[in-house]
Order: sequence, then C-alpha cells, then structure tokens
Amino acid sequence: MSAILAVAPALPLHKAGPYVAAAYIVFVVLLLVYLGIMGRRTSRTERELSALRRELERRRVESDSEREQEPVL
Amino acid sequence: MGLISDNYGRGLRVLALATIATLAAALSLVFFYAPLDADQGFIQKIFYLHVPLAIMALCGFVLGGLLAVAHLRTGDRKWDMRSYVAIHMALIFGVGGLITGSIWAKASWGHWWVWEDPTLVSFLIVMLLFATYQPLRFSIEDPERQARYASVFAVVGGAFVPMNFIVVRLAQGFVHPRVLTLTGGNLPGSMRLTFTVSLTGIALLYATLCRLELSAKSSRIQLRRLRREVLGEAAGFARRSAAPS
Repeated sequence: MSAILAVAPALPLHKAGPYVAAAYIVFVVLLLVYLGIMGRRTSRTERELSALRRELERRRVESDSEREQEPVL
Repeated sequence: MGLISDNYGRGLRVLALATIATLAAALSLVFFYAPLDADQGFIQKIFYLHVPLAIMALCGFVLGGLLAVAHLRTGDRKWDMRSYVAIHMALIFGVGGLITGSIWAKASWGHWWVWEDPTLVSFLIVMLLFATYQPLRFSIEDPERQARYASVFAVVGGAFVPMNFIVVRLAQGFVHPRVLTLTGGNLPGSMRLTFTVSLTGIALLYATLCRLELSAKSSRIQLRRLRREVLGEAAGFARRSAAPS
C-alpha cells in the first residue's frame, strides 16, 4: 500500500477530493445495494426450491408406504 | 412462449471476472496514469465514471427498444424479458449518472443542477420518460397485453433517445463541455485511453448485471412452473408484477 501511495501523484485532495470520493462511493453503494437485493432474491429462490424438494420427498415416502400397505393378491 | 429457453447463467463467471479486471484497470488508470486536467484539476476524475454511466444508460434504453422490436416481430416473450432487463438496468445506470453528474456540477459550477444546460435537462427528460415504464407494466394485469404495451413503449422511448441526443448536440447555448466528437474531440491520448478502458469496464458491468438479472428471473419463472406442476395451480400463482412472469 505504501509503495502504491509512493508512486501516486500529489493530488489536491483538500478541495476536490471529497467530491471525487463522493462520486465513486455513490457508484460503489449503488452496486452493493443492487447486488444485495439480488442476493436476497437468490436466497429466497433457494429456500423455495428446498421447500419444494422436501415436499416431493414427503410425497415419495407417503406413496412408498401406501404401496407397502396394499395387500398382495 | 419460452421465457426460459436460454441458459442465461452460462458464461456469467467469465463475464464477471472480465468486468472486475477491466474496472480495476480503469480505476488504476484514472488515479495513477491519467494526467490532471489543466482547467478542472482533480475534480475531472469524475468524468471517467459519470460519462460512461450516462452513455451506458442511454445505450441501454436504445437496446431495450431494439429488443422490444424483436418481441413485437416474433411474439416470443423472452425478448420482452430481455427488453425489460435492459431498460431496468439502464435506469439504475442513469440514476448513477445523474448523481455523479450532480456532484461534479456542484464541485465545478457551484450548483447541484443547472436548468439552462440542455444536456442535463434532456437526460432528465429521458430518465423521467423511462421511469414511467415500470408503472405502465404494473398497471396491466394480463401478461400478454403487458408485454405488448411495454414493447410499444420501449420502441417509442428507444427511438426518442438518439433523436433527443442529436437535438441537444445541435443546441447552441450550452455550458456542458464537449470532449467527445466524431472528429476526435479534444482529449489527449492518455485521457482517451483511460476513458476507453472506463467505458469498456462500465459496458461489461452492464452486460454482467443484465445476465445476472436474466438468470435470476429465469430461475424464478422455472421454480414457479415447477411448483405449479407439483403442488397445483394455486402454488404457482404469480402476483401482479411489473416484471415479465
């Protein structure tokens, strides 16, 4: 990090710095908010998918047990 | 017709890695390579973020219009979904462009907004126009009708964008700087390279986020169909939504 700062040009950060930082921070925040929303949606899809898988498993077990209880002729 | 016919997630990882690499290169060039602007100084660094965001937003609106043409021509609703995502993403990039531009205006001109500048006002008009796209979709319950009306809107809006751009370029009185022209503009080589890499990075980000959203929407639709098949009609019931369903 110190090596990077050593090669960095001397920038007039006292005046323009906060504005430039604000612009780039806005961009990063927008990106993070969007990715956060997408992440929440993805986890909801995963939750629903595992609920569906559980439901299918339950039905399979039920039908198996029903088949076992049927009298063999 | 097939909203989920494509595997949108394919190649997403490679695209995301290319985006990260290009954006990292762009940031390095902006802060360690591009010289300080003789007139504006350090504040001009916002240019490498603000202009690509605004360009991608406008290109996204046009792309949304072109994809809507494909939907109207074929009737295939996958084009409607692509058009929806292109416009949705362009709106997000447009908001980014507006906010960063406003910060730059405050630092450079001393005002957050200048109503006299045709570039600013025309961009705001385009943004406000496309801000009505989602409410329009939400107001229509029937998915087929929603897709058709939204496509017509997207085509008209998409055609309005280049027209608006040309009119603004022809405007005489402006305070917005003109650094990109067909004859090469007045950017020096190092600044031009930095700008090109930044624009490529933002374009890749746009493509990545579009693919991500398409992939997520496609998964949701597949899941809903599966639920409907397994658990019956009520389980797969989709609430009214602005997004294609």
